[in-house]
Amino acid sequence: MRVIVVGAGEVGSSIAASLSASHDVVVVDRDPDRVESLTYELDVLAIEGDGTSLETLQEARVADADMVIASTDNDETNIVACSTAKTLGDVFTIARVKKTSLLRTWERSEGVFGVDFMVSVNLLTAESIVRIAGLPGAQDVGTFADGIVSMAEFGIAADSPIADQSVREADRFESLTFAAILRDDDVTIPTGDTTIEAGDRVVVIGSPESVRGFAAALTPDPTLSEANEVVIVGGGEIGYQTARLFEERGIAPRLIEHDPDRARELAEDLPETIVLESDATDREFLDREHVDEADLVVATLDSDEKNLLVSLLARRIGCARTIAVVNAAEYVDLFETVGIDVAVNPREVTAEEITRFTYEEQTENVAMIEADRAEVLEIEVDRDSVLADTEIHEAATEFPEGVVVGAITRDGAFITPRGDTVVHPGDHVVVFVDTEVLDEVSSLL
Amino acid sequence: MNVRVDWRASLSLVGTVVKYLAVALVLPLATAAWYGEGLLTFGATILLAVTAGTALERLDPDPDLGAREGFLMVGLTWLAVAIVGAVPYLIAGEGTVAAPANALFESMSGFTTTGATVMGDISFDTHSRALMIWRQQTQWLGGMGIVVLAVAILPELSVGGAQLMDAEAPGPGIEKLTPRIAETARVLWLVYLGFTVLEFVLLYGLHMGGHAPNMTFYNAVAHPLTTMPTGGFSPEARSIEAFSAVVQWVIIPFMIAAGTNFALFWHVLRGEPSNLLGDSEFRTYAGAIGVVSALGAVILFTGPNLVGPDNPFPVAGNLESSLRHATFQAVSIVTTTGYASMDFEVWSGPAQYVLVFAMFVGGSAGSTGGGIKIVRWLVILKSIRRELFTTVHPEAVRPVRLAGRALDERALRGIYAFTLLYFALFLIGALLIAVDAARVGLDLAVIEALTASAATLGNIGPGLGMVGPMGSYLDFPTTSKLLMVGLMWIGRLEIIPVLVLLTSGYWRS
Repeated sequence: MRVIVVGAGEVGSSIAASLSASHDVVVVDRDPDRVESLTYELDVLAIEGDGTSLETLQEARVADADMVIASTDNDETNIVACSTAKTLGDVFTIARVKKTSLLRTWERSEGVFGVDFMVSVNLLTAESIVRIAGLPGAQDVGTFADGIVSMAEFGIAADSPIADQSVREADRFESLTFAAILRDDDVTIPTGDTTIEAGDRVVVIGSPESVRGFAAALTPDPTLSEANEVVIVGGGEIGYQTARLFEERGIAPRLIEHDPDRARELAEDLPETIVLESDATDREFLDREHVDEADLVVATLDSDEKNLLVSLLARRIGCARTIAVVNAAEYVDLFETVGIDVAVNPREVTAEEITRFTYEEQTENVAMIEADRAEVLEIEVDRDSVLADTEIHEAATEFPEGVVVGAITRDGAFITPRGDTVVHPGDHVVVFVDTEVLDEVSSLL
Repeated sequence: MNVRVDWRASLSLVGTVVKYLAVALVLPLATAAWYGEGLLTFGATILLAVTAGTALERLDPDPDLGAREGFLMVGLTWLAVAIVGAVPYLIAGEGTVAAPANALFESMSGFTTTGATVMGDISFDTHSRALMIWRQQTQWLGGMGIVVLAVAILPELSVGGAQLMDAEAPGPGIEKLTPRIAETARVLWLVYLGFTVLEFVLLYGLHMGGHAPNMTFYNAVAHPLTTMPTGGFSPEARSIEAFSAVVQWVIIPFMIAAGTNFALFWHVLRGEPSNLLGDSEFRTYAGAIGVVSALGAVILFTGPNLVGPDNPFPVAGNLESSLRHATFQAVSIVTTTGYASMDFEVWSGPAQYVLVFAMFVGGSAGSTGGGIKIVRWLVILKSIRRELFTTVHPEAVRPVRLAGRALDERALRGIYAFTLLYFALFLIGALLIAVDAARVGLDLAVIEALTASAATLGNIGPGLGMVGPMGSYLDFPTTSKLLMVGLMWIGRLEIIPVLVLLTSGYWRS
């Protein structure tokens, strides 16, 4: 597939990097330095020019491309780039936008602006934060099949009740599948005898209730409910969207914003949120506002360093759990190592969203595990699939190593997959796949 | 002094309004003709209004209205119509209102829908039916606003109309219902007219059905003219007490409607009734009426000193009666109508204090009611709540919200300033009235001075004691009456537009 990425900023470069392995990627950017460095860093064609001009797009051979991903920092530029690309050929266009209002307009009438798919980075990040917040102890959370199926990744501490147990012993939960154990750099597909060790990360797939039940069994942290104290630091678009989503779930968060004008704006837009105008690194202020008693502190400031500082400070004074937005992908692990419970990378979130368009059409939803080491796919089973009308253990013999059928939904109902479960065409299956065998599995399913 | 206000333009438009006032004078003229009374009074006033109006119009043949000219025009219009409105009382020469200061008082009380009277004897023996209908009619004209009426009819006002209505309309800010302000003004007046006609039909229907013996055709016309503007004048000396219980019950909802934001009715007519019931001001308004009524009813029902051999109203122990009178009085005072279904002078102390308290509530913004207005109280209460919250959380940023929308801090300051000014003027007014009474040796109780000031500033009408619902303002010295004319004027225009005219900064650049 020929993919043109307009805008080689952090997100654009990241998308280009993740796509370059299996696709022909052309990157367009106005900054000659960036174009030059990309040419050497990635196996892509980098072109200098304005992504909204016909000339540049013609140079990038949009007419021959399958997909245009407009990913500059400017919403309007991205939209115009998509519209312009549409005039040159029948190409699938993806626009990244910051403004949620544009996304709302697009949702009303998909395809408007010449945009086939619109991705709001900030909104996706906020959704991701709120999803993770709802599951204590979880490092990553994904939902599939309209929310009937949940996927979650948990770190196993030494004092965890399932540490040093075999999967068979640990498997005490209805409709829950242990999809994978991530140990060091390995992805292990567990059998009943596999032992879960401290320091492992386990990926489970199941109904939302069972995943919540599993989370509750793992950690004593309370689940997020109305009574819970959530503090959001930073009133940028991500902070704003996060607060809004918490409000939608009936939780009244507190939002700390330093800029008075922005604070006022936020206070006007967020009726249930208590907006506090202050510096979040002011100890005295944090004490006065009892941030130490918060169940969750979310740091959504612009700079990774500040988010790290705020999160560490919050942990230090006694807050139960911290989630921080980390823009630099390479810091995600580091941040989680030094004490931030969950680091959310907007680019990774965006990449996940965009990646699902690079898969074949039948893929409904994708979640990436541990930066590309594995993926969880939702697939609608058709007649050609090896799963169609066969029992799972029979079909499984055709699969390579590294594949687990985690859940099945039929007509909106959850079905726990067991060896003798027969999958019908039209069912949705949620499958855990090791990235190494992804292409092979995709063709089988 | 270099005057930067184009006062000629303002006066010219005042002249236009005065000229058109002649049209309104046709109703009392016709009434006089119908009842075979002298036509001179109103014929001469019409001539005067047309002449004076035309003369003023000549000052500026093509008036251009800016914001400052708007304030001046609105302020002077109300003064001018009150003066012209006083002329019939002077010419007719009937009773106490024939004295110049009294005539002006009665006229200003009418146009500002206050309902305070200086008539010594309210009866057709002293006053002609035509003069009485004029007295009723001044309130109807003033209710929805003379300037709003002018904006609705006069095309030359449509450009500056929003500022004019803003300066005049009760409550903070105006709500544009339609893109064109003249259309909005017309909508409001049509709703107003509609309610007036409906009330007439109901009242006269009751009379025809034999349920309201005293509600003659004349009374059925006269009362809607003063219910809907929350005026309170009645051609009956005993006010609404003169009518049957069912009439009193019928008038209550009309008073409530008159104190409601008229824009809400327009939404209801457009098929969105949730706009009325969901409106936070309306809910608070209904709540205030409910609480005051309930308090009053309990006090009346259990009141020990209300049933005596001389008291013809057995309210104590009578559920319907105590409920009706308490509700009627609560609604009448909260909406600043000023009707009385009984002389609340005989009420016990606590019940009277409830009414005094209710005087400061006021109607809704965009209604014909006077006073401080519910919406301001609502905003003030929310501000206080915010103040308490930010004391605990000093960094908290909390906009004050009304119906989900955050209010501008400047609008809040305006509301604080208004309310503070209102109380300051009320106290200064009461003080001056008390001093003036002492000057002429009039024996005035403190509550009388206080309620006289509150009742005129809030455009309510009756107070307590001498100025009670069956009493009058006749005995005050002329100076006090002129002061009250000023209070009514300031109160009707919501203080700021009048006071701004007194500042030097307004007149200079």
